[in-house]
Amino acid sequence: MSGPNAAGSFSPDGERPNNGVSGTPLPREHETQTRRLIEVDDLRTGFKTARGLVRAVDGVSLTLDRGRTLGIVGESGSGKTVLSRSIMGLLPKRNVVREGTVHYNGLELVGAPDAKVRDLWGAEMAMIFQDPMTSLNPVLKIGKQITEGMRFHLGMDRQTADKNALSLLREVGIPEPERRLKQYPHELSGGMRQRIMIAVALACGPKLLFADEPTTALDVTVQAQILNLLQREQRERDMGMILVTHDLGVVAGRTDEIAVMYAGQVVEKAATATLFRHVQHPYTEALLRSIPSMDAPSHSRLQAIPGRPPDLVNPPPACRFAPRCPYARDKCRQEAPPLLELEPGHAFRCWFPVRASADAVEAAAAELRAGQDAGTDGGETQVAVRGDGENEGGD
Amino acid sequence: METIEADVVTTPPEQVEVSATRKLGPIGWLSVGWLVFISLAAILAPILPLADPDKSFGREVARKGPGIPGHLLGGDSIGRDMLSRLIFGARTSLLIAVGAVLLGLVVGGLLGLLAGYVRGKLDTILTTLFNVFLSIPALVLALSLVAVLAPTDTGDGGSPVSHTRRVLVLILALGIVTIPILGRITRASTLSWAEREFVKASEVSGARPVRIMFREVLPNVFPAMMSITLLGIAVAIVAEGSLALLGVGITEEPTWGNMIETGRKFLRDAPHIVFLPSAAIFFTVMALNYLGDVIRARFDVREAAL
Amino acid sequence: MHLARELGKRVIGLVVVVLLVTLFTSFLLTLVPGDPVDTLIPVPDENEIVLERKAQVRERLNLDEPFPVRYVAWLGDFVTGDMGSFFRVTDEDPVADRVKDALPVSLQLVVYSQIFALVVAVPLGVLTAYRAGSRFDRATNATAFGMLALPNFVLALVLAYYVGVWLGWLPVNGYVPFSEDPAEHVRHMILPTITLAASQIAVYMRLLRSDMVATLQEDFIQMARSKGISDRRVLWRHALRPSSLTILTVAGLNVGALIGGAVVVEIIFRLPGMGTELVQAILSRQYVALQGFVAIIAIFYVLVNFLVDILYTVLDPRIRHARAR
Repeated sequence: MSGPNAAGSFSPDGERPNNGVSGTPLPREHETQTRRLIEVDDLRTGFKTARGLVRAVDGVSLTLDRGRTLGIVGESGSGKTVLSRSIMGLLPKRNVVREGTVHYNGLELVGAPDAKVRDLWGAEMAMIFQDPMTSLNPVLKIGKQITEGMRFHLGMDRQTADKNALSLLREVGIPEPERRLKQYPHELSGGMRQRIMIAVALACGPKLLFADEPTTALDVTVQAQILNLLQREQRERDMGMILVTHDLGVVAGRTDEIAVMYAGQVVEKAATATLFRHVQHPYTEALLRSIPSMDAPSHSRLQAIPGRPPDLVNPPPACRFAPRCPYARDKCRQEAPPLLELEPGHAFRCWFPVRASADAVEAAAAELRAGQDAGTDGGETQVAVRGDGENEGGD
Repeated sequence: METIEADVVTTPPEQVEVSATRKLGPIGWLSVGWLVFISLAAILAPILPLADPDKSFGREVARKGPGIPGHLLGGDSIGRDMLSRLIFGARTSLLIAVGAVLLGLVVGGLLGLLAGYVRGKLDTILTTLFNVFLSIPALVLALSLVAVLAPTDTGDGGSPVSHTRRVLVLILALGIVTIPILGRITRASTLSWAEREFVKASEVSGARPVRIMFREVLPNVFPAMMSITLLGIAVAIVAEGSLALLGVGITEEPTWGNMIETGRKFLRDAPHIVFLPSAAIFFTVMALNYLGDVIRARFDVREAAL
Repeated sequence: MHLARELGKRVIGLVVVVLLVTLFTSFLLTLVPGDPVDTLIPVPDENEIVLERKAQVRERLNLDEPFPVRYVAWLGDFVTGDMGSFFRVTDEDPVADRVKDALPVSLQLVVYSQIFALVVAVPLGVLTAYRAGSRFDRATNATAFGMLALPNFVLALVLAYYVGVWLGWLPVNGYVPFSEDPAEHVRHMILPTITLAASQIAVYMRLLRSDMVATLQEDFIQMARSKGISDRRVLWRHALRPSSLTILTVAGLNVGALIGGAVVVEIIFRLPGMGTELVQAILSRQYVALQGFVAIIAIFYVLVNFLVDILYTVLDPRIRHARAR
């Protein structure tokens, strides 16, 4: 258990022993292989700053199949937005360190040539951004913004692309689509613009859809409509979807699986129903308690958990949530808990979980350490991964 | 920490640059050094061991480039010492530029402060006046003012004006050009500061408006004024040169501008006569621009205020 | 409705400024030392013809009337097309005629230089913003900084001498109308255009770069990138237009400012434009003509300002919208 790395890069022998085992499910030989869209393994993303390397994403592993939805939940600063952008490769190259692996359909994206990754953007994977007021180009007509990708990736002529744009607008529920094509974003309401963004994202028929806080900037009344629309599209088009949000209420009925992030790491991950019923991590528990009721002002939620996330330049070699955790004990402040999977498909990172016994955690951790000392990478993973990540998701 | 995500995702490259310019840096110190050097030389010119700038050293020196014995920077078209003329030229050029911009700073600054702080009718009147003066291109305005206040000798017994008067007229003319520029900046900056809590607080506590204006508002508006003042001096130095080239500048004593004007006929045989004063202008303007930029970045003077 | 009122207010403001400017230029004339007529016609009163002529001019310029009357009379003349004259003993040379010849020259020079400056500055601004912090960016910025400190008369002299005289590639003075000989017209305009454009290239490049750097941080740029289109497309189709408001505004204002404001370049390259006319009036102490030229230059400037302002606020609410946040 070496301490925090020197700033500048994630050295391979840095924190890896702790996180490499991030016992996240990686069922390598599985019959769902063909449906597998994306496999993220030990992804680390840091930003070089004057103070040192800010580890916004610190060893995250996850997988997603076609037709499934993964929710990534955490408060602002947890690294969830950086994670989604890092998976897609959207972050700027300058001052960004990105390590680990991201397999998309068997293609390694980390370190791949820009042009190759860019070919996937829009065509294979698309992103819906948080703020529809600022994410559409104010000086380009709606029609142009929707057809641009189709003409670029699919080589469509203008007429075909326009026709497709029209049917897309109908699909996402925009009234008077012919007129909208010739309008500018500022002529539409926020909800309409978010529908436009969805249309833009869907234009080339991507297989993987990232939705980064797609409803945060919207009125409460519109939020549900947009989420329903996203869910419908995801099912009808058999896409994989990664839904990023700070609000567990948003993902509650709409995802198959949820990963809760805190300070750049996954702290709990389980099938949605399991997570809600058998919450283990105190942070998740606090988030659950802070789910706003529909009529509460949408920014009241964060106050529910007092304190702030730790500095990600030099995170302490301890549980990162300990300073804010009501159950924290000395061990939490001395040793970082590994991500363990006591029950198949339910992983968490806590010494004293809400429901499971601390002894079971200790035992699993000891087993994990033994596996590490024994040697190989494969050994570690085997110890950690007890089962199939895709647990009985929907029940 | 709360916004770390937003912060890092959008780490603007500008931020790095701004923090770099916050410190003066080697170029900044070089600029300061040059300005101090040139100012000291200008001020001390009469007591420095320099040749008489008006004395011709004859054929041996005329149009000779830098490095001839006894004349470090060579001689001008009629054999006067270039080094001495450059330094005495700095004296007049800087006197005019600094004088003009100080005039603009004091008058424009006061008017702008008044307009921005008092508001109402006074603001409307002053802003209109600023706009009137700004609606004549600066050089055209300066040119017209000089032409009217210090007519040139037409060569047929017209009354040429004394050297001192001409210098004063140039300062006045270039000053009048700077007044509305500094006035507008100061006004805009004052408007934004006058709304701040601490100003309101001292108003409530019953401080006199004049006191608030000078004690509370002015110190905050000052960086913006300073930054424009430095740029203004740079522009005024160039303007002096332009006026000299147009034939309405100082003729009795050397200035950087009239040195270039008289040297332009000798570009072929003695390019140094043009290039030396040009270089002096160039480096001085660059130093002033750079320091102006530093102040602007340091105090976050908004471009919008311009 | 709201728009019309706003427009009305601006037009009134415009008229007020123009009236005050002309009032100021009229007032300027009263500062000229000595008898204005003797200044305009610098000939000793030695015979009847001269005396008569002077009386005539005095009458025509209402010099015996009080200042307000004189100004109103001048204004009346001005709006009806009599913008003053170059006076001589025997005859006079109307300013209006000279403006007719000089204004097109100045306009051509200004428009050419603005186009040239934009054509060079826009790609540089876009690329330096895209590669912000790179060696290319720093080198370009340093060069731009140097260009800003280079007085245009120095550049004019250097270009005129080295490119014109020494290399003999281009003519260094005079003007040939386009209609007379297009090729020669272009050849005569190249050096003045470059001189005038040089510092503006630096200004525009820096302006565009900083706006562009800001735009590239915008969400909609991330969005455009996420579509997988090429960087080139993101830069030119998505980022440039929302970033170009400032640079276009400044370029517009410069068109106004450089009519007459380009006087140094006009003089050095001997182009018979408004600046040259202005200097001629000054050097021959023809203050009435000077007043006419200054008034025209100012009115032109105010008008261009006004138009740019209108374009800025009315014609493109989309850009305003993008910038307003």
